[in-house]
Amino acid sequence: MGEVIVITSGKGGVGKTTTTANVGTGLAMLGKKVVLIDTDIGLRNLDVVLGLENRIVYNLVDVIEGNCRIKQALIKDKKLPSLFLLPSAQTRDKNAVTPEQMQKLTEELRNDFDFVILDCPAGIEQGFRNAVAGADRAIIVTTPEISAIRDADRIIGLLEAAEMKRTDLIVNRLRVDMVKRGEMMSISDVVDILAINLIGAVPDDENIVISTNNGEPLVGNDTLPGKAFMNICKRITGEEIEIMDFTSDKGFAAKLKKLFKRNN
Amino acid sequence: MFEKLFGKKASSTVAKDRLRLVLIHDRANCSPEILELIKTDIINVISKYMEIDRQGLEIQITQTKSNSGNKSVPALYANIPIKSLKNSYK
Repeated sequence: MGEVIVITSGKGGVGKTTTTANVGTGLAMLGKKVVLIDTDIGLRNLDVVLGLENRIVYNLVDVIEGNCRIKQALIKDKKLPSLFLLPSAQTRDKNAVTPEQMQKLTEELRNDFDFVILDCPAGIEQGFRNAVAGADRAIIVTTPEISAIRDADRIIGLLEAAEMKRTDLIVNRLRVDMVKRGEMMSISDVVDILAINLIGAVPDDENIVISTNNGEPLVGNDTLPGKAFMNICKRITGEEIEIMDFTSDKGFAAKLKKLFKRNN
Repeated sequence: MFEKLFGKKASSTVAKDRLRLVLIHDRANCSPEILELIKTDIINVISKYMEIDRQGLEIQITQTKSNSGNKSVPALYANIPIKSLKNSYK
């Protein structure tokens, strides 16, 4: 029996879809059988982030309405044979699906997959309720900004009310230089405020934009976010890995700077 | 540290402080309007028994440790300066 994970945030634009794509791809790299479900009906995006937009025949609403079998709608990843996408419908709206229907779908999928990962739409309406309905655990994505953290806090409250068994946090788009200057809240500031378990932090990095441009998730490659996402995947599977310390002074230039600071 | 260097609060500290306050209200599901109503009611009740400084009255929702366990719970905090006790109720 596989695990059903919902990736949510409340606020839009904090990196839910990017996180879903990278976490799903990373778990598949670790040898897990993974299906990603885009639950944002009407605003389909996970397909383009994964680079699978040209292969869509059927979608989530087709499956729910019985126009096709689940297997027909699943799209296999270009590189990883154990990674699949169930795309969202672009021309329907969120009310085309109910929480009960979503629950039934995830129950069926968990028999065949190690991980069923749901990309939740922004907001706290029907789309959110649909995505959360069948999930065993939630991963909340936030950025170190007031608006995103406030919405994350609201989501945490709603998930508690819905008796979600486990809720973890990802702090995304961390700008290490700004944190150092005191112009951005640090990872520990965010964790302090939200008071839930941190499962990973991902630095803001231009490679994310580049990878989305190419439709190839960067998880597992040599960039900082690539490593950060892979660590998150390993933590999801139960491995214990320390959170990367992005603020540590490494390299010659940083050491030199430190030396000068001390002399002042 | 940043405060000392620049004589000004770092914006991350400002953000954290503002966020804390906003979340206390969000979590307690209590709007500033409701708080204002509570304030008026408190003034009315206490004024029956003593003369209070209406302008100096402060009321806010804060976090406090609950008696059982270490969980943080919201608490209504009121600071009510008394001008004089009324004699008629002695």
